[in-house]
Amino acid sequence: MDELIIAGKTYRSRLLVGTGKYRDFEQTRLAVEASGAEIVTVAIRRTNLGQDAGQPNLLDSLPPAKYTYLPNTAGCYTADDAVRTLRLARELLDGHDLVKLEVLGDPKSLYPNVIETIKAAEILIREGFKVMVYTSDDPIVARQFAAMGCVAVMPLASLIGSGMGILNPWNLQIIINELQVPVIVDAGVGTASDAAIAMELGCAGVLMNTAIAGAEHPVMMAGAMQKAVQAGREAFLAGRMPKKIYTASPSSPVAGVIGSR
Amino acid sequence: MIELTINGARKQLHQSATVADLIIELDIAGKRLAIERNGDIVPRSAYPATRLHADDKLEIVVAVGGG
Repeated sequence: MDELIIAGKTYRSRLLVGTGKYRDFEQTRLAVEASGAEIVTVAIRRTNLGQDAGQPNLLDSLPPAKYTYLPNTAGCYTADDAVRTLRLARELLDGHDLVKLEVLGDPKSLYPNVIETIKAAEILIREGFKVMVYTSDDPIVARQFAAMGCVAVMPLASLIGSGMGILNPWNLQIIINELQVPVIVDAGVGTASDAAIAMELGCAGVLMNTAIAGAEHPVMMAGAMQKAVQAGREAFLAGRMPKKIYTASPSSPVAGVIGSR
Repeated sequence: MIELTINGARKQLHQSATVADLIIELDIAGKRLAIERNGDIVPRSAYPATRLHADDKLEIVVAVGGG
């Protein structure tokens, strides 16, 4: 059985999904179900004061018995804000300690600030959090996060929400080859083939949000992503044929062809 | 009365109010939330015993959709 293991817990699905940008909680629920994902990211935000307690809550649409929540620090630009956010998340989720750390460096590109991210990871790991870290595709930084004790390293494939796909498969490959912890592509996937490529490279999983929520038919795309991640994983395990540049090789017998030759 | 900051906005509360009093007044009791006071987490079990002071800074958060 081919399973994904993160911080000692086993998952059947290698697709992790976000819960942002959906039309409503019902569409979120349907898309998450169609994706087959077991790990779902959530954001932590100030509650609207004056809003009555009867308002629907995201967590009611995604029962904790069925899903592993992965609270994130999206929108945080300093180590301090990220750490505070995840302490609140742990309190909110009754001691849940698996978290997605991301510290941004720039509001336009949403590129990670790896220096602040390292500071935050050090504090969080010391406080007992199990940190899945969003980072750049710098292999040296990735290696440092793994050495610190992050339970998964999650390099971007391209900018968050850009749908530009796997822009630097060569760096991803170096990271995958070097790290002992799961490497999960986080950010940049735009369509099913992008997810398949990430998995064919040997990624342990793929995390995406906008590629599904931003599709014309999110629930259908969620199903496509599930299949793409599975197909890519199986292709990786099967071991692809070697590439033969400029060298064709017929699939049918060369001898016995009718005609003049 | 005392004045404190909740989620970035100023709010007046009666003297000797606790966190438990506050969440009733804000009509958010029973909601799935977490509270930070002056940079430290206030555990749910400590709501009734945690008295609020003038110029306290509170953050009250919930889980929302996000990637």
